[in-house]
Parts: sequence; structure tokens; C-alpha cells
Amino acid sequence: MNLTLKIWRQKNAQDKGQLVDYKISDVSPDMSFLEMLDVLNDGLVEKGDEPVAFDHDCREGICGMCSLYINGEAHGPDRGVTTCQLHMRMFKDGDTIFIEPFRAKAFPVIKDLVVDRSAFDRIQHAGGFISVNTSGNTQDANAIPIPKHDADRAFDAATCIGCGACVATCKNSSAMLFVSAKVSQFALLPQGKVEAAERVLNMVEQMDHEGFGNCTNTGACEIECPKGISLENIARMNREYFKASIK
Amino acid sequence: MAKSALLKSSIGKKYWMALTGLFLCLFLVGHLAGNLQLLFGTQLQFNEYALFMTTNPAVKILSYVTYISILFHAIDGILLTIQNKKARPIGYAKNNAGANSAWASRNMAVLGTLILIFIATHMVNFWAKMHFTTMPLQKITVEAQPGATQDFYLTSGWGQDKFIPVQSVDGENIVLDGRDFYYTKPLKVKFAEGYKDLHTITIEFFKDPKWGLAFTIFYVFSMAVLAFHLLHGFNSAFQSLGANNPKYTPAIKVFGKGFAIIVPLLFAIIPLYIHFFK
Ligand code: HEM
Ligand code: SF4
Ligand code: FES
Repeated sequence: MNLTLKIWRQKNAQDKGQLVDYKISDVSPDMSFLEMLDVLNDGLVEKGDEPVAFDHDCREGICGMCSLYINGEAHGPDRGVTTCQLHMRMFKDGDTIFIEPFRAKAFPVIKDLVVDRSAFDRIQHAGGFISVNTSGNTQDANAIPIPKHDADRAFDAATCIGCGACVATCKNSSAMLFVSAKVSQFALLPQGKVEAAERVLNMVEQMDHEGFGNCTNTGACEIECPKGISLENIARMNREYFKASIK
Repeated sequence: MAKSALLKSSIGKKYWMALTGLFLCLFLVGHLAGNLQLLFGTQLQFNEYALFMTTNPAVKILSYVTYISILFHAIDGILLTIQNKKARPIGYAKNNAGANSAWASRNMAVLGTLILIFIATHMVNFWAKMHFTTMPLQKITVEAQPGATQDFYLTSGWGQDKFIPVQSVDGENIVLDGRDFYYTKPLKVKFAEGYKDLHTITIEFFKDPKWGLAFTIFYVFSMAVLAFHLLHGFNSAFQSLGANNPKYTPAIKVFGKGFAIIVPLLFAIIPLYIHFFK
């Protein structure tokens, strides 16, 4: 396949940045999207140009590090995949592909397509944990009976990999899907109930403080989320927040 | 521990959007029930309803809750929208939003602002007239005997009443605004303050030779805007309030879509009927 890429290039956080056109030929439909960018970068390095900076780590859809807004969608046009799992067979010969960084005030661009998502870490620090005794006599978690239904939903919420596609996709740059997944994975389990009220209040406060937008319930996040995190989690967080507020 | 912020936090603001929005949905049902009397009721029934709506103390309290809800909903909605715009200072060169969300859900602020403009013009055209101007009163001409007619203003029935006995439906000829009306019961009428004739004002408004068609089109357009606002808003409010449950949500969604289409449609039929068929 021969493709035209329109890639966002930006030297550093201060630079204004712009879209730059690149031609790339002989792209195999079996390549992953990131492999295609690797090939592009090899060519740029050979010519002595600056390679395109982009985030990645596991390249198997589990770390949440890869990002990219591809042709107007977070992680590109495929559903239920991260960019590292996106294949070039989703595109046609002769296509023009826009490749932009995730855009949000809370996710500032560091360089080219790399953005700083540490706002998510700070939200996690505000309450995305449980306090347990780790001194050696920790209780076996399986010793606590949990209804299968609750365990399944908690697990579903826990599959969030913190990639930020929900924020990038949302017209409001809202982080509600991410935060609600992190709130839900504990709210559903007995171990998480102890700190449930504090957790939701603190995490939502941090979320607002980081400059994410508000949720309009458009549902775009749920569609673009590589892990299929459901809007039900946002409703659960809204309930948890109300319960915690009137306590 | 963080203090809860039921007014200031993003989630708190959404509770208020949802509560005021759903209250306004209830208001729409009440308002529609009254308006439908323009189609299915008599002139007297409609004017009785209009008087009730402007004087009854319970309705007064409800109407203040409605004014406050509209203001709060609009201000809160605009504040949310401004915050949301600020959350993405640099937009995308290419954004395929249609792939993952409905148009209405992405344009609630535009739709809401159009509704606000409609409400403002609507209040100038009807509400302010009813509240602040001297309106024509509903008048009946009674012909007790052939040739002997007398005008009466209909009233709500307090004060000096006058009874007009009606012998038989065919024999008694009561003329009301040029149309024949038959009453089988004695008619209670009063001379002085009668019913403000909002019925006639409304009919004349939509039948105005110069502007009637434009007013009708604007009204119908605004109802379409309302339909789109509700197509997203009705169900969104339940999500905001935390009601999302695999058991009930599908039913709420179907009801919400039905509500969003049927209520504005019924509102819109009234001016269309008046303009084209009355
Ligand atoms: C009869 C009139 C109206 C009704 C019945 C109504 C109803 C609703 C409902 C039920 C919602 C969903 C709330 C939620 O997502 O939790 C909503 C959202 C919204 N409304 Fe209205 N509304 C009306 C008028 C207005 C007006 C006059 C404005 C003025 C700007 C407005 C602006 C908005 C906005 C911006 C949202 C979306 C807020 C967000 O981002 O989530 N609405 N409306
Ligand atoms: S909710 Fe989905 S899109 Fe958002 S951070 Fe988690 S995995 Fe990524
Ligand atoms: S690189 Fe780890 S999820 Fe894509």
C-alpha cells in the first residue's frame, strides 16, 4: 500500500507545532500501525531527519502506553483495540491518514505525538487504591465470598489500562470513564467499601482540578475505549458520589 | 477528605442539570395538556384554563419553580459548556465524531440556546400579554328572544352573577363569537371583569395575514429543536442521576425517545392546525 500521512510535528511543549505530510510506500496490510510508523522513522533517520516521537511499550494491548488520534478517532477506526493492535489492513491503498496527538488541556503535548498523561496518575494517587495490611499475615482475598456478578463487573472495570482514549475522544475532554472504572473496581468489592466515600470524593476533586471537562453522556468514550469499559461505571460513580456527598 | 461539592463539582453540576431538565419535562406535559384544549376544548374551557394558570396559588408556586429551573438549567448548561470548551484549547485537524456519538448529544448547548430564544419570544407573545396588558375579554351575545340580543362577558363565576336559563338545546340560541354554542345548563355570566380572551389572541397570532405563517414556522422549528434536545437529554438525565441498569435502562430509553418525539410533535400540531385549518 502507498499512503500519505499527515503527522503532527511539534519540537517541544512550547513549540506551536503543525501537520507535516509524509509519503510512505510498500506498507504491508499485515503490519501493525506502530510498525508502519517504525518503518517511516527508519527512513527519516536514514535521511538524517528527526524521527516522529510516539508513545508505546508492550505492543500487545495491555499497558495503555500507545495513543494517537488516527483519522479522527482515538486508536484509529477499529473497535476494541489499542493503536499497537491496529492493523494496516484497516486502510486502503492511496489513503491519507491524519495522525495527531491526544488533545486535552490536561494532556499537554511533550513532543510530536507524545502527551503527558500523568494527570491520570495523580487521580489514582488521590484515591485509586485500598489500604491493606501487607505485613505477612495478609488475608487471602479469595477467603471473602463475593457474588460472581459483582466480581465480574469489578473485573470488567479493572481492565481499564489508563490509555486516555476516553479523554481524547470526548468532545469535553472528560475523564469520567477512566475515573469511574477506577472507582467501580473497588466500589463493587468488600475490600473497597471501607474507603469508598473518601475515594470517590477525592478522585472526582482531583479530576476536576486537573482541568478535564464535564460529562455530557455522549457515549463516545465507551465506543472508542479499547477495553469496552461501560457507561454503567459512570452511572455507578454518580451514585457513589451522591451517597458520599450526603454522608 | 475532600468536601463534597454538590454545586461546584462536575458531577454536582450534572445532578442539577438532570433534575431541572426532568422537572422541565414534567412542565412540558402540563403545558401541553392545557394547549391541547385549543384543539379539543371550547373557547370558554381554554380561557378558564388560562385564568386558572395565572391566578391559582398552587400553580403560581409551580410556575416560579419553572422559571427558576429554566434559568438555573440555562446558566448551569452554559457554564458547563464553557468549561468543556476550555478543556481542549487545541482541537483536532480531523475529528470523526459521527463515528462514536449522536449529533444531538454533541450540540446540546446550541439546541438549548435556541430553546432559550424560543422561550423568550414565546413569553413576550403570550405570557406577557396575559400578565401585563389589558386583553380583550371573551364576550357572548345572547339572543333570548328573536331580535332581542344582549352582550355578556363570561367570568369565572365570582361576584354578581346572572343566570341565563336555557329552555331547550334547539330553542335557545346562544351566539359565541359568531359561532353557535348550545348549553344545556343555565349559564352563569357576569358583566364586569370577564375571561381574558387568550384563545382569540392565540388564534389571531397564528392566523395573522402578514406574520402568521412565519410565526407558525418558527414555532414548529423550535419544537423540532426541542425534540433533538430531549432525544439526548431525557435519557442523559437518568445517566447523570446514576440510574443505569441493564434491567430498566432499555425501557427508559424507549420511553425517552417516545417522549422526545411525541411531546414536541403534539405542541407543533396546534399552530399548524390553527394556521391552516381554522
Ligand atoms: C423546556 C426546556 C428544556 C428541557 C425540557 C430540557 C431538558 C434537558 C435535559 C433532560 C437534559 C439532560 C441533563 C443531563 O444530561 O443530565 C438537558 C441538558 C442540557 N440542556 Fe436542556 N432543557 C431545556 C432547555 C434548555 C435551555 C433553555 C438551555 C439553555 C442553554 C439548555 C441547555 C442544556 C445543555 C447545555 C445541556 C447539556 C449539559 C451537558 O453538557 O451535559 N436546555 N436539557
Ligand atoms: S476507560 Fe477505556 S479509554 Fe479510558 S483510559 Fe480506561 S481503557 Fe482507556
Ligand atoms: S503499547 Fe501497550 S497497549 Fe499499546
